[in-house]
Amino acid sequence: MSKILVIAEHSDGKLNAGVAKAVAAAQKIGGEIAVAVLATDGAAVAAQAAKLDGVAKVVVVNNAANAYPIAAVLAPQIAELAAGYTHVLFPGTTFGKDLAPRVAAKLNVQQVSDIMAVHAPNKFDRPIYAGNAITTVEAAAGTVVATVRQASFNAVVGEGGSAAVETVSVSAALPSHTRFVKIEAQKSARPDLQAASRVVSGGRALGSSENFKVIYDFADKIGAGVGASRAAVDSGYVPNDMQVGQTGKIIAPELYFAIGISGAIQHLAGIKDARTIVAINKDPEAPIFEVADIGLVGDLFTVVPELQGKL
Amino acid sequence: MKVLVSVKRVVDYNVRIQVKSDGSGVVTDGVKFSMNPFDEIAMEEAVRLREKGKVTEIVAVTIGGAKNEETLRSALAFGADRAIHIKEEGEVQPLTAAKAFAAVLKKEGAQLFLCGKQAIDDDANQTGQMVASLLDIAQATFASKVEVDGAKAQITREIDAGLETLEVDLPAVVSVDLRLNEPRYLKLPDIMKAKKKPIETIGLGDVGVAIEAGSKTVKVSPPPARAKGIMVKTVDELVAALKSKGLV
Ligand SMILES: Cc1cc2nc3c(=O)[nH]c(=O)nc-3n(C[C@H](O)[C@H](O)[C@H](O)COP(=O)(O)OP(=O)(O)OC[C@H]3O[C@@H](n4cnc5c(N)ncnc54)[C@H](O)[C@@H]3O)c2cc1C
Ligand SMILES: Cc1cc2nc3c(=O)[nH]c(=O)nc-3n(C[C@H](O)[C@H](O)[C@H](O)COP(=O)(O)OP(=O)(O)OC[C@H]3O[C@@H](n4cnc5c(N)ncnc54)[C@H](O)[C@@H]3O)c2cc1C
Repeated sequence: MSKILVIAEHSDGKLNAGVAKAVAAAQKIGGEIAVAVLATDGAAVAAQAAKLDGVAKVVVVNNAANAYPIAAVLAPQIAELAAGYTHVLFPGTTFGKDLAPRVAAKLNVQQVSDIMAVHAPNKFDRPIYAGNAITTVEAAAGTVVATVRQASFNAVVGEGGSAAVETVSVSAALPSHTRFVKIEAQKSARPDLQAASRVVSGGRALGSSENFKVIYDFADKIGAGVGASRAAVDSGYVPNDMQVGQTGKIIAPELYFAIGISGAIQHLAGIKDARTIVAINKDPEAPIFEVADIGLVGDLFTVVPELQGKL
Repeated sequence: MKVLVSVKRVVDYNVRIQVKSDGSGVVTDGVKFSMNPFDEIAMEEAVRLREKGKVTEIVAVTIGGAKNEETLRSALAFGADRAIHIKEEGEVQPLTAAKAFAAVLKKEGAQLFLCGKQAIDDDANQTGQMVASLLDIAQATFASKVEVDGAKAQITREIDAGLETLEVDLPAVVSVDLRLNEPRYLKLPDIMKAKKKPIETIGLGDVGVAIEAGSKTVKVSPPPARAKGIMVKTVDELVAALKSKGLV
């Protein structure tokens, strides 16, 4: 039977939503599921993890060195915790992507990135070429270290469970060569891009950060999260954490609006799992219309305010 | 200070990927290849660090078949002083590539290893982190700003929550993100000059690395197709379409 260790991402005492998705992938693999919380004082996070459906055990490592998640510091501890487990799973967020390979190398195994489906405990689908091809891979013998693609799994429920919480200590030597300096987080009252059921994204066509107000206003009207193309981020209209695509966030909302976005393959890589894609673009030949479920040719600066008024 | 930059040869980012009908992979015959765009950014950053007087030597390294020489020539045209070609026609998975790069980094005594955050073919996003892990040195992935100051560096990283800054002791691995810089356009004189620069060709065995059994590709398939959409002519029609799907 598989024994699966899911690594918890958390900040400010809150469990990241990606963890419940990694647990969902663990359930598909099948077996006994444990969640590891590495923190200064992991009690609050552990209590949240213990409630997740399907979790049998929560392992907590308290250490002042874990105050801020630094891959080089966390990896040796996780490699030690991994003993006895068949799988170590990470959410496919920047946290997991940074950390998982560092753990895999410590365990001397290849890693499976971005699993999107589970066929067998060691057989997975994952996207390559920006999602333009899907490869089915069989992991080699040894511990399976993998990241879980966020758009591919529905989070398990986080209320019913009551897993045992166990505090453990690890003996691994921790490096001091990497130090946290600061984080500039974008605080937004809008729904989180990766969890929102509706997302409105704007592209280069917006032309300025002032004009992006058209997108924000519309998003607020329908309670949507706001995203952007790389061109809009590179041009400085919006911050980097709003980029959707191959190298930005991969999202799977019920409803996605691509406004003034041409539909480059790298952008499409981020929205392939959106249930309904609506495109508004003034160019009838724009490639976005090839993937859109509903397309409207028109100038966004007139269409979007009109739409906002009619919803 | 010496910098090592890994450069991978990949299918050009403009190519529309076609999956082979037998499911064995994607079509690469007659397809344009170029340097992984993230590796171009890594090369550019190395050159800028040299222009700022922080770096004295830039060494480019690749793993792959004979055609990877083109990729190394591009790296040399960017401004690498010399290049190392680890020749291997077969498949090299990230841990194996990382072991080879770690060995080269050690042998060269380089203080910085710059690489792309991911290669746009396999999108693995692993190699740099594995190099750092194998050598127990610092890593800063997804870099959008790199400032080297003596034996330390400050790196700004693009993470889900925003922008994070780390301070690392050198030697360190930095994997670069898109907004770190805009790679220069290669000029003909630089391309000509690059032809005369030295490329050292070695094998994986020369750096003490053997290909190990890794994950096995069972099959490659095209992504599920989306159902064909509709075009509407007016905002009223759009509203009606959204309503009929129960979306608003
Ligand atoms: C390695 C790599 C990774 C990348 N990763 C990403 C990624 O993660 N995400 C991403 O988005 N991109 C990514 N890109 C960039 C991508 O290739 C495109 O350049 C980018 O998505 C284009 O953004 P855009 O659609 O906003 O701009 P454009 O392509 O310039 O399109 C603007 C669109 O707006 C329309 N338009 C203009 N004015 C109006 C108006 N008034 N009303 C309505 N429509 C209007 C135009 O017809 C056009 O279709 C990546 C590129 C590379 C090389
Ligand atoms: C014939 C063939 C068969 C394959 N079969 C499989 C298979 O069965 N299973 C499987 O998982 N994969 C397979 N692959 C893919 C191969 O293993 C990938 O190249 C490997 O997984 C690396 O992934 P990545 O490039 O996405 O790494 P990333 O970690 O995304 O790369 C990050 C950075 O590392 C550097 N880098 C990585 N590799 C190189 C390199 N070779 N040279 C220079 N720099 C490099 C670059 O700077 C790059 O930007 C096959 C490839 C070939 C050619």
